Amino acid sequence: MTELPTATDRKLGLVIDLDTCVGCHACVISCKGWNTENYGAPLSDTDPYGADPSGTFLNRVHSYEVQPEDGAAQLVHFPKSCLHCDNAPCVTVCPTGASYKRVEDGIVLVNESDCIGCGLCAWACPYGAREMDAVEKVMKKCTLCVDRIYNENLPEEDREPVCVRTCPAGARHFGDLGDPDSEVSQLVAARGGMDLMPEQGTAPVNKYLPPRPRDQLDQVDVLAPYLEPVAQEPRGFLGWLDRALDQMPGGKE
Amino acid sequence: MHPAPSIILFTTLSGLGFGLLAFLGLGMPGATGWVAFAFFAIGFALAGGGLVASTFHLGHPERALKAFTQWRTSWLSREAWTSLATLSVMGLYAIGRVFFDASWQPLGWLGAALSVATVYCTAMIYTSIKAVPRWNTGLTPLHFLTLSAGGGALLAGEVSLAAPLLALAAAVQVLVWMQGDGALARSGTTMASATGLSSGAARAFEPPHTGTNYLLREMVHVVGRKHSRRLRVLALILGYGLPILLLLLPFTHWLGLLAMLTHILGILAARWLFFAEAEHVVGLYYGKR
Amino acid sequence: MNQPKLDTSPKVSDEVRRTTCYMCACRCGINVHMKDGKVAYIEGNRDHPVNRGVLCAKGSAGIMQVNAPSRLRAPLKRVGPRGSGEFEEISWDEALEMATGWLKPLRDNAPEKLAFFTGRDQSQSFTGWWAQQFGTPNFAAHGGFCSVNMAAAGIYTMGGAFWEFGQPDWDHTKLFILFGVAEDHDSNPIKMGIGKIKARGARVVGVNPIRTGYNAVADDWLGITPGTDGLLILSLVHELLKAGKIDLDYLARYTNAPVLMNSDPRSDEYGLFLRDEQGRELVIDRGTGQPTPFDQPGVRPDLAGTHRHAGVTHRPVFHLLAERYLDERYAPEAVAEETGIKPQKIRALAHEIARVAFDEAVTLDREWTDFRGETHKTMTGRPVSFHAMRGISAHSNGFQTARALHVLQILIGAVETPGGMRFKPPYPKPATAHPKPHCGVTPGAPLDGPHLGYVQGPDDLCLKDDGTAARIDKAYTWENPMSAHGLMHMVISNAHAGDPYKIDTLFMYMANVSWNSSMNTGGVMKMLTDTDENGDYVIPHLIYSDAYSSEMVAYADLVLPDTTYLERHDCISLLDRPICEADAAADAIRWPVVAPDRDVRGFQSALLDLGARMGLPGMVDDDGAPKYADYADYIVNHERKPGIGPLAGWRTGGDGRGAPNPDQMQRYIDNGGFWVGHIPEDAAYYKPWNAAYQDWAVELGLYDSPQPYLFQLYVEPLRRFQLAAEGHGDRQPPDHLREQIKTTLDPLPIWYPPFEDGHADPVEYPVHALTQRPMAMYHSWGTQNAWLRQLHGVNPLYLPTKLWQAHGFEDGDWAQVSSVHGTITVPVAHMAALNENTVWTWNAIGKRKGAWALDENAPEARKGFLLNHLIHELLPARGDGMRWSNSDPVTGQAAWFDLRVKIEKVPAPDQAQPAYPPIKSPVGQGPETLAWKVGK
Ligand SMILES: Nc1nc2c(c(=O)[nH]1)N[C@H]1C(S)=C(S)[C@@H](COP(=O)(O)OP(=O)(O)OC[C@H]3O[C@@H](n4cnc5c(=O)[nH]c(N)nc54)[C@H](O)[C@@H]3O)O[C@H]1N2
Ligand SMILES: Nc1nc2c(c(=O)[nH]1)N[C@H]1C(S)=C(S)[C@@H](COP(=O)(O)OP(=O)(O)OC[C@H]3O[C@@H](n4cnc5c(=O)[nH]c(N)nc54)[C@H](O)[C@@H]3O)O[C@H]1N2
Ligand code: SF4
Ligand code: SF4
Ligand code: SF4
Ligand code: SF4
Ligand code: SF4
Ligand SMILES: [Mo]
Repeated sequence: MTELPTATDRKLGLVIDLDTCVGCHACVISCKGWNTENYGAPLSDTDPYGADPSGTFLNRVHSYEVQPEDGAAQLVHFPKSCLHCDNAPCVTVCPTGASYKRVEDGIVLVNESDCIGCGLCAWACPYGAREMDAVEKVMKKCTLCVDRIYNENLPEEDREPVCVRTCPAGARHFGDLGDPDSEVSQLVAARGGMDLMPEQGTAPVNKYLPPRPRDQLDQVDVLAPYLEPVAQEPRGFLGWLDRALDQMPGGKE
Repeated sequence: MHPAPSIILFTTLSGLGFGLLAFLGLGMPGATGWVAFAFFAIGFALAGGGLVASTFHLGHPERALKAFTQWRTSWLSREAWTSLATLSVMGLYAIGRVFFDASWQPLGWLGAALSVATVYCTAMIYTSIKAVPRWNTGLTPLHFLTLSAGGGALLAGEVSLAAPLLALAAAVQVLVWMQGDGALARSGTTMASATGLSSGAARAFEPPHTGTNYLLREMVHVVGRKHSRRLRVLALILGYGLPILLLLLPFTHWLGLLAMLTHILGILAARWLFFAEAEHVVGLYYGKR
Repeated sequence: MNQPKLDTSPKVSDEVRRTTCYMCACRCGINVHMKDGKVAYIEGNRDHPVNRGVLCAKGSAGIMQVNAPSRLRAPLKRVGPRGSGEFEEISWDEALEMATGWLKPLRDNAPEKLAFFTGRDQSQSFTGWWAQQFGTPNFAAHGGFCSVNMAAAGIYTMGGAFWEFGQPDWDHTKLFILFGVAEDHDSNPIKMGIGKIKARGARVVGVNPIRTGYNAVADDWLGITPGTDGLLILSLVHELLKAGKIDLDYLARYTNAPVLMNSDPRSDEYGLFLRDEQGRELVIDRGTGQPTPFDQPGVRPDLAGTHRHAGVTHRPVFHLLAERYLDERYAPEAVAEETGIKPQKIRALAHEIARVAFDEAVTLDREWTDFRGETHKTMTGRPVSFHAMRGISAHSNGFQTARALHVLQILIGAVETPGGMRFKPPYPKPATAHPKPHCGVTPGAPLDGPHLGYVQGPDDLCLKDDGTAARIDKAYTWENPMSAHGLMHMVISNAHAGDPYKIDTLFMYMANVSWNSSMNTGGVMKMLTDTDENGDYVIPHLIYSDAYSSEMVAYADLVLPDTTYLERHDCISLLDRPICEADAAADAIRWPVVAPDRDVRGFQSALLDLGARMGLPGMVDDDGAPKYADYADYIVNHERKPGIGPLAGWRTGGDGRGAPNPDQMQRYIDNGGFWVGHIPEDAAYYKPWNAAYQDWAVELGLYDSPQPYLFQLYVEPLRRFQLAAEGHGDRQPPDHLREQIKTTLDPLPIWYPPFEDGHADPVEYPVHALTQRPMAMYHSWGTQNAWLRQLHGVNPLYLPTKLWQAHGFEDGDWAQVSSVHGTITVPVAHMAALNENTVWTWNAIGKRKGAWALDENAPEARKGFLLNHLIHELLPARGDGMRWSNSDPVTGQAAWFDLRVKIEKVPAPDQAQPAYPPIKSPVGQGPETLAWKVGK
């Protein structure tokens, strides 16, 4: 159903910490693995061992260089998957109803057996979060691991998206962003979590935590003498050493 | 955006076809019998053929009927309905004209209105995509509608209407290009808003995959400035200039046919640009804007 | 609204089999989900001590490794010329008979004519034992070209190093400083650690010419000039010493800072320690003022006082140290230009280290007793931790640089204290507790002891009576006396040159030495295919074991196809490189979670079979029948010493020591593939001096008796080599090496410029060229993986803004890059977050056409490239006409990162240069599409 629900019971989503993401691609591959074996058609690859390999991925990690006005350039690793927008344009454009946003948790999904593979929803998504599978010819996108987060065949602690479970740096968090008391909402509040392309009006549920300020070590007070010498001369240093040793517990009696 | 031949062909031909049908619905020309048959056949072939062509780019054409379900929100679904309705209504109307020598005019008016609505729906599919700022403007439906009107008039042999309508369409076309070139910049979507990185100027460093992918193939097409200028001039001359010129000459069917052909060629070029030059904001993530 | 009904609880798998990952040496625990008897999905094991559930990209892509079309299918016999890739599949029996036919005569007559080198081996205690039983002195794994500087510097200094030997105290550290790390072996734990400390808001500092990965998330970045870390570190030492921000109590108690050292330049023992009759180092006791053995109960070692003995002045090591580093040579201003780091930044970092170490000290309420019998109410530590890897160790000054870093850690009291760096069992273990190297060959009999170890002075070198090298790789010679891991990178060129002698059979395992792990790659391919005047190959026989169709396979005469990691038994043992954590001893296994569908065998099992065919001691029983059915049998039943075997868990009678237990393998499988023995809380810190730890380690079988020791700020064995170079003693170095030994084997850390600087004109070759490991690729293996190769299918050379602009490069351009040794032509890209005199690329992306079951036009083979073509194992000749080794003069570690180049913009060629002709794939090519789903 391509009408968006006026409100969802919960707003499940991801919070991605750009301060901590080391760009290891673990989330990319675990997502590929899980979603190849689970929900819907496998994520295929064409020419996988050839000259032009290309495959379907639901999560990709970009990297950007940021050049401050002065100071060293910085590098930011930037994972991106579906943001499960509240105002998801990909849903409303879908002619078949294959794309829909779930009322109970806000997850945006594609019902593959209804999808005609017209590609319009991928056009409508500003973030590049939808990919047409080249073999199955249906639209694939992040499912927020809907087949894990409620899965009673998994131990309780594993009922989270697989990219979150696998992230070695702990840069990915999952929870209810509709609940201001949830851990993810708290994190967003504390760290100034932000929306991507807010001007697009998509109202994304996923939030990004910006990198903390970098290279502050010598920005404190440019003129401060950092460490006070105990003596200017090596000889003086040994004198200091003698005195210092005397002051230690069990020094000179 | 990737200029997919099937879509370029579909939008160009169906626009023309529905334009012609609209004129036929309005009784211009009010021909009957075999002449009417010929006109309607061309109209249905272009409009219907376009529809068929469009299914070529579907992953699962066998499920195409499902596309009728979401008319409440989806312009594509609405287009499916309006085009079906147009073809049905105009079919009835054509039966009257061809076989009964009758002009069931209310049906004709309805058909004409539906044709316009169809073209409008087609245009709105693109217009509604905010992620492509170049399309996301009221000019897009105006462009599609004026073009259909001009092309339709030309096809319908409404020489006196065709020339001014084409001139109008040409003006809109120029406007579309002019405002389109600054659309991404005006949209407010930038590398900074896309990434939220604000401590300095952001630049794409490494792409997520070293190879290509669906998004790059489908959404990130880059047209060289020179190439674009050349094609625009070509489109203006072939699509609008030459046909108008030919129409101003004393009318012969051969000249009419020639005008028609250059018009179609020009519009195909313009339509290629319509897609190829449309910058999807996802390109920002790949540093390709 | 009516939305589709979803089954949100689908069945995940039929069964989960838990084993150990092998996509790199981190060795995480994995849950392999099985459907219909096939591998459906791999995830991290939450109970596993290494990764606690997380998994990296390579680990998750293991499924594509196990299904890779590049897997070898059966033993291969070469039928075309070497390097062509033309093979015929043969039976195992034929293969092993062929190998026996080559090897048995060698064993009976000249065992050293076998060189057995085992690359990225995770079973070195087994392969080393096999080589020892065979009797050849020529065995080592890959450490010599990898990170032996790091290992040797750590062990000689403090009885342990980073990575496998130690880790930061992630729970308490407040300042974490990384030197030259892109990924490291401890891949997941480092990421988990960084995540953990960042979540606490603690600071991470990255010292690295390149700002990616860990360095990108570092709060502060020092984009140092390659090869100059030693200077930066000693400058920090200078600042801290000058300000008295050092832990005097720690230095006095736990290090050799107070040890008395002969300070008379005229003495034969100048620079050696003063010892009592039992050989114990002496310190001055502050209570009595008398020289006293360092470990005497109640002693309070003095850092200040000197002592005259037999007319010779003895001064505490600390005097020498303070004098050296207080010198203005090490002032921030004096090192700023060479290091490329502003004095202000160095000062700021020194200040931050001091502030965190001393103002934010961590105290744990845990009582403990030290080796002198003194009980301490609490454990107090300096929450500053460091980690370093090949960025400092893969330079020709890497040993001394790593030493400098350890000295810095020790000066602030941040080793084995809360918040600092902690050892993982079986470390701490000082150099003196390790074996010495052995090279005594007797035809038909085993070698006289283990191959590799830690020398204490010239007497321990592996030299023949005529002074020439006893080992084919010239390890433990005057050129590199402390080459604790051997020098695998020298084997082929030495064997080719017949220097020190010729060999008959080169036997290699799991090392792509004709490609990405060789220096001078083109030269190595030539040496492997070179023939003598009779038309025979200069290296007559080459046996190789690989699991995949790598570049190296093409050069073998006989290929023993290995299983993949999910198809075999393996053992990650406390006897070599276990998976321990600072709080626990741990070891692990792999077991066949799927059966191989090809005619392949686990290499270790094949090796046991081969050993039995030759009747090697320990591998056959009394009537000559094979003693072990396979490697699994060996893992469970082999005993190195009575009660000590490859696996420590679930032995008969308990963990650690005990007779073999026939159920052991099953117990490991039931437990998720690993065993953990926790260290008691009061034994968890101060391990080298903590009586409770020492007792625990003895009980577990790590040592036979408690081994407390002092950290060696000053490394006396280095001084012994210097003394020899100065003319003392009867084992004397050749004259041409005297100067090198005198200057570089300094017992206190020093810095000298990387050797290549002195051979390649820095003006003509002004640019440093480096490689980094991509986190999602493992050396050459990743490329055969359909998922991973999409992430890194090409590798541009990244250029800093200065060079980018100076040469007028634009996106899509190519450059010709030359070193003194060679030239490559490669695609370039721009990177601003990079040291302005450094270029770099991802390691090992470039591939030879025809390898890895890839299309010959694969991007890796057309655009991908290796820097290895620019690096030679020898430095170019200088005025002296000598070809000096391109390695560290202490350990022989390959100096990959000393490379200097120049760059030129050139028109794009049709493919990266040099391009080699394709090899014929022995396994064909992969399929055209892939949609791997084993369940319905
Ligand atoms: N994913 C993955 N993990 C791996 C491997 C792999 O291939 N892939 N390989 C494994 C192996 S065998 C090893 S040895 C380890 C190596 O682990 P690392 O040591 O982390 O490996 P390198 O990628 O060689 O990284 C060297 C780093 O040192 C920096 N560097 C170079 N020269 C200098 C210098 O002079 N000073 C400083 N401060 N930095 C410098 C480089 O920029 C680079 O970041 O990784 C292991 N882990
Ligand atoms: N330019 C440059 N060169 C470098 C480095 C660098 O930093 N820069 N780093 C150096 C370092 S530190 C290292 S450690 C080396 C690593 O280089 P190598 O030791 O050559 O490592 P790999 O490329 O991993 O190749 C190991 C071989 O093992 C095979 N293999 C994989 N799995 C199995 C298995 O299960 N069984 C068997 N029998 N074989 C298997 C692979 O197919 C491959 O052929 O590279 C060195 N080369
Ligand atoms: S991110 Fe894209 S695909 Fe996901 S909900 Fe938003 S618009 Fe739709
Ligand atoms: S591709 Fe499928 S999901 Fe997307 S709009 Fe078309 S029918 Fe809907
Ligand atoms: S939530 Fe699941 S589907 Fe979405 S990116 Fe993460 S792993 Fe992929
Ligand atoms: S797994 Fe975590 S650290 Fe790695 S790329 Fe993904 S978000 Fe970043
Ligand atoms: S770090 Fe990755 S590849 Fe290495 S063992 Fe762990 S999961 Fe496997
Ligand atoms: Mo290595």
